[in-house]
Amino acid sequence: MEALLAIAVGVLTACGVFLILRARTFPVLLGLTLLSYAVNLFLFASGRLRLDAPPLIRAGATYTDPLPQALVLTAIVIGFGMTAYLAMLALRGLAESGADHVDAREEP
Amino acid sequence: MGPSLNPSLLLAAIPATAFGACLLPLLLQRFGRTAAAVGAATVMATCLALLLPLAPAALTDHTELARISWLPAYGLDLSLRLDGLGLLFCLLICGIGLLVVLYAAWYLPDSDRLGRFYSILLLFMAAMLGIVLSENLLLLLIFWEITSLSSFLLVAYRSDKYESRIGARMALAVTGGGGLALLAGILLLGHIAGSYELSVILAASERIHAHALYAPALILILLGAFTKSAQFPFHFWLPSAMAAPTPVSAYLHSATMVKAGVFLLARLYPALGGSDLWFWLVSGTGAATLVYAAAIALFRNDIKGLLAYSTISHLGLITLLFGLDTPLSVVAGIFHIINHAIFKASLFMAAGVIDHECGTRDMRRVNGMFRRMPITATLAIIAAGSMAGVPLLNGFLSKEMFFAETVSYPQFETLTWVLPLFATIAGMLAVAYSSRFVHDVFFNGEPVDLPRQPHEPPRWMRAPIELLVLLCLLVGLFPGWTVGPLLAAAAGAALQAPLPEFTLALWHGFNQPLLMSVLALAGGVILYALRAPLFAWQAELPPMHPRTAFERFYRRLNTGARWTLAAIDNGSLQRYNALLLSFIVLLGGWAFFSGPAATIRVAGQPIDEASVGALLTLLLGTVGATLLYRQRLLAVILVSVVGLVVALTFIRLSAPDLALTQFAVETGTIILMLLVLYYLPAGSAPRSSAPRLIRDLLLALLAGGGLGLITLKMLAAPFETISGFYLQEAIPGGGGANVVNVILVDFRGFDTLGEITVLAMVALAAHALLDRLILHAPPADTDGRRWATDAHPLFLSMLMRPLLPFSLTVSVYILLRGHNLPGGGFVAGLITSVALVMQYLANGIASTQPRMPGRPTRFLALGLLLAAGVGVASWPFGRPFLTSAHGHIQLPLLGEIELASAMIFDLGVYIVVVTVVLTVLSGLGRLSLRLHRQQETS
Repeated sequence: MEALLAIAVGVLTACGVFLILRARTFPVLLGLTLLSYAVNLFLFASGRLRLDAPPLIRAGATYTDPLPQALVLTAIVIGFGMTAYLAMLALRGLAESGADHVDAREEP
Repeated sequence: MGPSLNPSLLLAAIPATAFGACLLPLLLQRFGRTAAAVGAATVMATCLALLLPLAPAALTDHTELARISWLPAYGLDLSLRLDGLGLLFCLLICGIGLLVVLYAAWYLPDSDRLGRFYSILLLFMAAMLGIVLSENLLLLLIFWEITSLSSFLLVAYRSDKYESRIGARMALAVTGGGGLALLAGILLLGHIAGSYELSVILAASERIHAHALYAPALILILLGAFTKSAQFPFHFWLPSAMAAPTPVSAYLHSATMVKAGVFLLARLYPALGGSDLWFWLVSGTGAATLVYAAAIALFRNDIKGLLAYSTISHLGLITLLFGLDTPLSVVAGIFHIINHAIFKASLFMAAGVIDHECGTRDMRRVNGMFRRMPITATLAIIAAGSMAGVPLLNGFLSKEMFFAETVSYPQFETLTWVLPLFATIAGMLAVAYSSRFVHDVFFNGEPVDLPRQPHEPPRWMRAPIELLVLLCLLVGLFPGWTVGPLLAAAAGAALQAPLPEFTLALWHGFNQPLLMSVLALAGGVILYALRAPLFAWQAELPPMHPRTAFERFYRRLNTGARWTLAAIDNGSLQRYNALLLSFIVLLGGWAFFSGPAATIRVAGQPIDEASVGALLTLLLGTVGATLLYRQRLLAVILVSVVGLVVALTFIRLSAPDLALTQFAVETGTIILMLLVLYYLPAGSAPRSSAPRLIRDLLLALLAGGGLGLITLKMLAAPFETISGFYLQEAIPGGGGANVVNVILVDFRGFDTLGEITVLAMVALAAHALLDRLILHAPPADTDGRRWATDAHPLFLSMLMRPLLPFSLTVSVYILLRGHNLPGGGFVAGLITSVALVMQYLANGIASTQPRMPGRPTRFLALGLLLAAGVGVASWPFGRPFLTSAHGHIQLPLLGEIELASAMIFDLGVYIVVVTVVLTVLSGLGRLSLRLHRQQETS
């Protein structure tokens, strides 16, 4: 299971990095989304992988590490905020410069 | 002065007054230039008056200390000291300062309002006083840098002139660079001695000499001193700084700032002097400067240029004396500091008078001035005589001491003639250039084509020169009576040892130094008489200017910087991204491979078919979206598939809260992407070039592979959780069974408060970015199909209306149960917003917007206030911020309910999340409304 997660993190990162290096705003938006999945999974994995051990206090249960979960939970929401901000920045840039290039102009 | 006056308080008052009052002239400027001058003079006179009660003690080898603790952790205190050396320099700084203030009031044109000039001059004087009064070396360095900065402003006084700006810049670059070296040297010295206090350092000579870092410390400190005192090869800034107004030259470039370097040599002599390295570096530099600058001075046509090179040469002489490293040579060096300050300041002032009266300083045109201004001419001739070392004048005395030192110098046993020869040649050159100054300017026929008709200057402009020349004579005739006690005290303080035997007298009998003086005088006059062939020979020489070399270096540095900047900062976000990512990859790789190599296998979780299937789906979605990112709708769908797999992963790996959040966020993200997609131009992107593609692929593979490897390594390493406290205390301390939620709203509530503040900022930014934004979306898609303009489908809208109360109820339930079961403010907020966004989708912006309550900013404020208010509410109970309280209440029908104050906090989170999502999505939606209205009107 650990290897599967590592592969997922690696591929998500690679594709995310490739997409944020594109010149148009939309692929950058996609790439950032993929990259945040990768980072969230990575952070989450720092608490190790446990099956059937949610951190809900019950009699006689074992629990996985709750701290990375709390961190990742806010990270997911903040990630959404960031994506939304970037999307609006892209629209504003489009309105101001008439292009969807990340530099607001073609190749320098 | 009563005996009750505290001397250390008095000492501290000197720099405090100077710094505190340095803006006085600027404030007095409105009352005219006389008021500004009087203000400046008053400040200087006050400093002098504060000094006088301290003088008797300092003259009897007493060292007065004053200390105020400032940054004791860094060894930096506001500690001051006044001894003989400090007293001498204070008298020079304040005394010549007063004369310069008077002189400048007449020299500078009537159109100048002098407030700014005098204020900078006072700032400079304050910093100089600081240097000579510092007990702490770091404090000294601070003052040292202030002199560099204020002298930059003074040299650039005529900032509209190119020469001034270049000169000021060069002076700042050289002395500022030296200041950096000095800082490093002082840090080393403080490290060696264990303190930055001079009293400690001066007493630690043996320890300093024995230390391995002695040589680097010495070289760095000497670099600072040599750049400040314009020693070869750093001398070139001083002639360029002659673009300064003449009062500035008279003050900074003869009497004070350039003396700071030699002052430092005198100050640190007991700690650093007395080694072979000191001897070779200091005396070698001094001797080279002495002869080289004297030779150049002879060939300068500009009066101030001649005086500048003469100053460099005399500073070289003083440096050489300190380098000779005998007690008597130190006495001679300090004596020459006094004499040079007096005669050179008067000469600069005389040069200023000539410039002022003639409108030029070119000695090929300024001739025959003796008949036109006999009094000024007489004064200047006496001062020039002192510069040349003519008997009966003060310059002669210290030059005789210098000659005597070179003759009796003990170290060159076989080469005893080398130093005296050097000294005699330098003496001859000094006589020659002094003769040139006197003969060319005051005699030598008639002036050539002068812009103005010269005559005697105003009475008060000449007064400072008269006073200084009188001092030249008095010191020259009665040395023991005039400067004897001061010189003895200053030399004693510089040596930190008993004074050697010396007599200040005009006549020492027929001896070798006298012979050298006679030779120098005669040889100098002969040299000047032979000037015609000499000048012709000099004109043939290839130009050798360290100054132009410096300028070239400076230009190259600028070009290099511009080139580097253009290569890195070309305005391309892609390049910045690529550079940053490369750096991250390098850093990560370095950390990965240099870390501990041993990986300990721990038992992992078993692999099952479902997980493999999930991974394959995720890979398909990720790689598919990357390959097909140009087909945007498909890419969005593929990315949402990836998001769903991530959510499922969270469920499988015991994180129900994360899964809920991920599901809700996923919905929001998809709606957001679709809205953006509508406006962004489709299919406009050209293909990337092959090298660009290869670079990006390489970076992507390195980053992805690296993070994958790190994940694997992290998961294989043994692990000990730090969350035991949270699991244990969740119910007794936080009153909730859902540990993740309790952490968010209770244990780490402050973090969460910060995070919802960030979210609120996103909403505000959305407001600002979308405000008055007009976008022109195409009427049809890329395939030419027109966008549907149908009204919102009836079926959807009918279905959504009854669904709203239902989904709101669910979200309230999720909010309330969050403390004990998966849920909470974040998830509930997302669910509510999705439910509301569904209303927008089903019924349209136009009909939904009026039904939404209030302005979003109010809700943001409400949410933040609720969350912060809960935190503050614990203060009245004497608890820290965000301490939660909880208890059980009995409600009819519902039974027992556990309530925690953290739930109100969670409510704040909920409100903020709802507002943020709605602001962003409905803001984007309203864009289309604006667009449609526009299309309808057109």
